[in-house]
Amino acid sequence: MKCGVVVFPGSNCDHDCYHILHHVLNQETHWLWHKEEADLGSFDLVILPGGFSYGDYLRAGAIARFSPVMNSIIHFAENGGTVLGICNGFQILLECGLLPGVLMQNQSGKFICKNVFVRVENSDTVFTRDGGEKNVLEIPIAHHQGSYYIDPRSLRRLESNGQIVFRYCDDGGNISAESNPNGSVGAVAGITNAQKNVMGMMPHPERCADPLWSRTDGQIIFRSLIANSRRRG
Amino acid sequence: MDNSKKIQPGAEITPAIVAQHGLTAAEFRRIRDLLNRAPNLTELGIFSVMWSEHCSYKSSRAHLKKLPVTSPKVLQGPGENAGVIDIGDGIAVAFKIESHNHPSFIEPRQGAATGVGGIMRDIFTMGARPIALMNSLRFGDLEERRTRFLLNGVVDGIASYGNCAGVPTVGGEIYFDSCYNGNILVNAFCLGLVKSDRIFRAGTGGVGNQILYVGSKTGRDGIHGASLLASAEFDETTEGKRPTVQVGDPFTEKLLIEACLELFAFDWVAGVQDMGAAGLTSSAFEMAHRAGTGVRMDLAKVPLREDGMVAYDILLSESQERMLFVIEPGHENEAAAILDKWGLNAAIIGEVIAEPCVRIQFDGREVVNLPVSAVVDGALELRRETKRPEYLDQVAHINLHELPDFSRGDTALKKLLACPNIASKEWVFEQYDHAVRLNTLVLPGSDAAVLRIKDTQKAVAISVDCNSRYCYLDPYEGAAIAVAEACRNVVCSGAQPIGLTNCLNFGNPEKPEIMWQFEQAVEGMADACRFFGIPVVSGNVSLYNETKGDAIYPTPTVAVVGIIENQKRVMTQGFKKSGDQIALIGFTMEELGGTEYLKIMFDRGEGKPPVLDRAREKQVQSFCGELIRKELIASAHDCSEGGLAVAVAESCFSYGGKTFGATLALESTLRNDTLLFGETQSRIIISFPEERADEIANMAAAFSANFSLIGKVGGTHFTVTVNEKEVIKQKISVLKKLWATSLGNYARQIT
Repeated sequence: MKCGVVVFPGSNCDHDCYHILHHVLNQETHWLWHKEEADLGSFDLVILPGGFSYGDYLRAGAIARFSPVMNSIIHFAENGGTVLGICNGFQILLECGLLPGVLMQNQSGKFICKNVFVRVENSDTVFTRDGGEKNVLEIPIAHHQGSYYIDPRSLRRLESNGQIVFRYCDDGGNISAESNPNGSVGAVAGITNAQKNVMGMMPHPERCADPLWSRTDGQIIFRSLIANSRRRG
Repeated sequence: MDNSKKIQPGAEITPAIVAQHGLTAAEFRRIRDLLNRAPNLTELGIFSVMWSEHCSYKSSRAHLKKLPVTSPKVLQGPGENAGVIDIGDGIAVAFKIESHNHPSFIEPRQGAATGVGGIMRDIFTMGARPIALMNSLRFGDLEERRTRFLLNGVVDGIASYGNCAGVPTVGGEIYFDSCYNGNILVNAFCLGLVKSDRIFRAGTGGVGNQILYVGSKTGRDGIHGASLLASAEFDETTEGKRPTVQVGDPFTEKLLIEACLELFAFDWVAGVQDMGAAGLTSSAFEMAHRAGTGVRMDLAKVPLREDGMVAYDILLSESQERMLFVIEPGHENEAAAILDKWGLNAAIIGEVIAEPCVRIQFDGREVVNLPVSAVVDGALELRRETKRPEYLDQVAHINLHELPDFSRGDTALKKLLACPNIASKEWVFEQYDHAVRLNTLVLPGSDAAVLRIKDTQKAVAISVDCNSRYCYLDPYEGAAIAVAEACRNVVCSGAQPIGLTNCLNFGNPEKPEIMWQFEQAVEGMADACRFFGIPVVSGNVSLYNETKGDAIYPTPTVAVVGIIENQKRVMTQGFKKSGDQIALIGFTMEELGGTEYLKIMFDRGEGKPPVLDRAREKQVQSFCGELIRKELIASAHDCSEGGLAVAVAESCFSYGGKTFGATLALESTLRNDTLLFGETQSRIIISFPEERADEIANMAAAFSANFSLIGKVGGTHFTVTVNEKEVIKQKISVLKKLWATSLGNYARQIT
């Protein structure tokens, strides 16, 4: 799988994504610099990593969407290319209109960094197909603006289209106010676009994909993507 | 320094102006003698910051010479931006701890944030990539109105800066005591990794080298932050000094880290220095001083944030996120290209000259011409008077017979677990990104933070420690205990301690009693470091931590760094399995002085602090280290505040999301309170599978370490019997809830 990891000024998890894709999963991985438009036709996956692009000044992701590289990514996505936005990357995907909805400040008003559980709501996407029977994943979150919001009608549309991929839950897969760390509507933790080739998620799969730690649920997402690119061959 | 702005640059220097600059009449006379003329106002400003306590260490320097600073692995000791120790595989660790106390009390969010920014710059100016931040925080009494505001502000400041800059905050310590009501402590630690043959130092290199200004533009913020804020007590005018607190921009810091590390790959970079305290002035003087050269600069070329700034403002500004590079001529365009890539301001503002002077032009004329050595070495090294404080006689003894012992310890245990000095710091750590960069092997909340070192089998362990009540009761012993405990914590995580950095927080050094505390603490630290073979490679002194005459407890905070050779053999403090045996390494003595138990149950902060038997400490540490290396044990936890009972309870609920019960069966002739909550040093709680008990006991004998089986992991309760009589029985879930929620509940209250 040929992967691209975008580097914005202020990207922090770019090296982590690179580490997992290249050093742990042995995939061909390239940096994509924010100032450059590029032909991404040969890529199987583009990742918008977490961090504080442009310092998150104004609003998380609001400035990054105007980067030259975003034109290439929008073009890539519109032509069916697979794009994964993690945390700040999710925020950028919303700002540039590739995904619907907004991310607001956490209900607590504070940054939250901890392990949470998410339930896989759609295991039939290129991002989740390799999960097998496992439908509750333990993945860390680390964000200040992760409270997803979309109007009720659009939320229902996301649900009926199978665009909601992850919801926050407890270790048994139950969804409740206590298991929702940031106040997201419908406990939404990750969604795709209607074509299901673009996904944004607040939890960080790259933080639980290195076998040095006992928890490696994040690998499910990367392995699904690798399997998918093989199938497309 | 509002008044100085009104003074015209050409004004005559009056005694009043000298005093406003925090300089004494004697110091002014010395300036005149060194220069053979009177300084102008701008030059006076330079002396004011460079000779301030904060920059010159004039009160502390003589004492600091007692600290051991070398070991075969030390590549850089004190005197540079950070200390550096070789850890093998061609890699070295650079680390330092530094205070940002006064700014954080006046403006907690920005004060703490810029403290984090400053310490990170100290690390990456050595050529090292910062991989971990820690901090040591002290706040006032919980009942004090301002405490909650300060706690929230400081934590928010640390979180906002570290998280955005992409460096994980992996641990630290927080204590509350009324002695910090008027003067909180914010000590920030950073550690970075550098190739051992690519360490950068702050020099200028040869004549003709170009001075390159990099980073944020210079504004009027922070003027005299170091000289007038950090080098004086707090009083009624303190609020008015808020403008001396700088404002941080972590985004620019992140860009600086990446750009600087890219620049360091080139041999034409001759030196680099952060513009920290005293800004452009101190970086220029210090770099020239280290190289034995001079510097000529034109301030008209400095990127400025606002119009109308005069030389005085530009030279003394402490605007954050600025660096001074020295590069060889001919490489200006290459440097500019890298800095432009990262969107940073950059300008060539001067060059290195042979004459050992700093000569500064502004508006076409020379506004400063000062010999480097007069400014850097000229400050008087003070031999401040010392005197043993009288309070020591009043607090030295506590008669245990006056205090009722208990037959049930349930209430005391619950109170201790819920007191914020002992309770879980989860509310704080959750706000810090502690995992970014994928190195954090042990999450915050265990004895030490542990980070793997990529591309090697090694890991690094870090612990920050100081019990300031012990130091108040006996500064010598208290400082020695801080060293021993930090080492013990690092050993409990499976590491071998290799070096230490210190942040010495004390009151007003002009008082002989404070200087006595300082002298004693430095001696205690020096002796302990020498005994344990730990070099002190960097540090910081923060004096004048007092308000209207009330000093803080002496707080000589230490951060000990250790190395784990095999990152798969990292140990944590939480019990792992029901049925495992619990044992105590070390033994408990009849000591209760200075304990958290006395403070919480009787509101008394007196007595003799625990005795530190250094030889026994060494045995206990080597034994525990060997048990971990041989993979014989499942957990190891240092016994500290709250004693044995609290340590075992913490082990019950600090393994990820799991909770275990425990049953302890103790036999002892000690009082129940000292047995359960006394804070005897050199004790470690371990757990292991039952079948290893004999092997471990035999090893203990070989190490001459005291060792006793005390109980078993398992069940739903925490139960303790002493001489077969039950003294504690509590549901573990109840204890865990008290411990886990108390600090957050306090911090979240709205007042």
